[in-house]
Amino acid sequence: MAFVLTHLVPGDPAVANLGDRASADPVAVRIYREHFGLDKPLPVQYFVYLGNLLHGDLGESEQSQRPVSTDLAEYIPATAELAITSIVLACLLGITLGVIAALNRNRLSDQIIRVVSLGGMSTPQFWLALVALYIFFYKLSWVPGSGRLDAIVLPPPHLTGLFTIDSLAAGQFDVFANSIQHLILPACVLAAFNMGLFTRFTRSAVLEVLENDYVRTARAKGLPELTVVFRHILRAASPPILTVVGLAFGNVMTGTVLVENIFSWPGIGQYSYRSATALDLPAIVGVMLFVAIVYILVNMVVDILYGIIDPRVQLA
Amino acid sequence: MTTLLSVRDLRVWLDTARGPLPIVDGVSFDISAGQVFGLAGESGSGKTITALALLGLLPAGARTGGSAILDGRDLMTMRTAQRRRTRGREVAMVFQDPMSSLHPMLTIERQLTEHLRYQLGMSRKEADERAVELLTEVRIPNPEAALRGHPHQFSGGMRQRIQIAIALACEPRLLVADEPTTALDVTVQAGILRLLHRLCQEKDLAVMLITHDLGVLSALADTVTVMYAGRVVESGPTAQVMGRSRHPYTRGLVDSLPHPEAADRALVPIAGEPAGPESRPAGCAFHPRCRYMEPPCATAVPPLIRIDDGREMACPVDPLVASLAR
Repeated sequence: MAFVLTHLVPGDPAVANLGDRASADPVAVRIYREHFGLDKPLPVQYFVYLGNLLHGDLGESEQSQRPVSTDLAEYIPATAELAITSIVLACLLGITLGVIAALNRNRLSDQIIRVVSLGGMSTPQFWLALVALYIFFYKLSWVPGSGRLDAIVLPPPHLTGLFTIDSLAAGQFDVFANSIQHLILPACVLAAFNMGLFTRFTRSAVLEVLENDYVRTARAKGLPELTVVFRHILRAASPPILTVVGLAFGNVMTGTVLVENIFSWPGIGQYSYRSATALDLPAIVGVMLFVAIVYILVNMVVDILYGIIDPRVQLA
Repeated sequence: MTTLLSVRDLRVWLDTARGPLPIVDGVSFDISAGQVFGLAGESGSGKTITALALLGLLPAGARTGGSAILDGRDLMTMRTAQRRRTRGREVAMVFQDPMSSLHPMLTIERQLTEHLRYQLGMSRKEADERAVELLTEVRIPNPEAALRGHPHQFSGGMRQRIQIAIALACEPRLLVADEPTTALDVTVQAGILRLLHRLCQEKDLAVMLITHDLGVLSALADTVTVMYAGRVVESGPTAQVMGRSRHPYTRGLVDSLPHPEAADRALVPIAGEPAGPESRPAGCAFHPRCRYMEPPCATAVPPLIRIDDGREMACPVDPLVASLAR
């Protein structure tokens, strides 16, 4: 809770600042005065907000006229599905490519992978999204261009809110296939940067591990190369990779704002964009709070995983 | 006493920025079952590279020549997959630094049983039983608990014992020990050496002991081969090579050892610097540091000549060698 509170502090002056600018719009000013008591001094507002927060009350969204928490609950699953898929894709591809590059250091495959990973990291996301849409949706029609499901497909019964998981759980394989089709392109676009990032980090982490005597010990046992790579090398290289994967959740959350808008993905990214342009302050603060919580949780999980991966960490 | 491994004219080139560099330059020796074979020499003389070449664990880009016949099969020309199967099962290796040679994140159980299960197809239960046996054999107290531990929970000497247990797991016939005691305290060293000696005798295991520590060799080795700058300069039974060394380099090494019965005698260092692989002199590589150097030493590489007492040596200046060559 202490973490959440500190992360809230920078959000609150923003409420006041933007509220002043919004005074050009008399309706907004009236609503703010009524609902949030903006005429009261800033610290009072802050403590009022905190008090409400303790009851799980994030305030009411000006746009949707609903509690922010209701809005978030509706949009979070879509973003979660997109973000998790993209992180998983980036991990699978990035770590594999990074290992291949490190094991073939300075050979042709390493050079090719370097170009691919730097390309993934330096291509602007909006450009990648538009080009991907143009090629795979407009030209090739391989994937649908927008939304989470075709308009005629009913969402699966609500379980987690992740359509892929819910549809599988309900045994609706056609819905599952449809949701995967919708998911794959935005997830890939969102994964491109992190794929490159993970490739670079994995390569350098693996190169460092390769120098170690215990890799030679593993080979001296006559183990097959794949066992040496996955059990011995990748295990030892995983802490730095894990760190960067944890941090990558941050750039995925910012990435969703753009990608969700381009692909009409009804998630937190779109919601925050709409809220920001409409100066829907309670919604913005709610989104910030959510992102901060995700970030903290992910990095807590990373810390716990350190201890599981490396037994020496528990002693420290 | 049968010859287990017969190495002939082994050569290794390592890949460097300035092209292939010869590290091991025509080394030959025989290793017999139940015996400790000592390979001595200063750092950079090619001892470790020789061992790695036998296991096929040379760094990428290395080239090799010559042969190493184990049971009628040449290790040096084997295909990769076949070579891999010999590792651990026929030739196993213990590395110098027990602190870094064990995987820090894997349990002792995993490191001690993974090749048992892969190479010998044991079930987990069988492999665990064998692991307890092995740890008992290398005198690790409380082996069941040790299996659940990680390397950082053990001292250097204990880790070296664990390394030896790992190397012995698949019952290899040749154990290569590269400076197994260099990184350890003197008191711990003796225990490890006694262990190697006992294993060698009980299991009819051939041990290739690589060290720069001649004291260790004279105590433990049955035969000794001394290397300098990638070549063998003298080899033969330990009593001859260590006790009555003839080659100027070997004699220099022996003279530079402290001697318990002559503590007041000053140690005699070998003048000059050992020749690194990049700057090996022509002819006998030792000639710039040699007190007995004669003009031909600087041009012709002296061949290894067998002399009466069962040793071979490469020094044309030595009177015995000279008389044989005439």
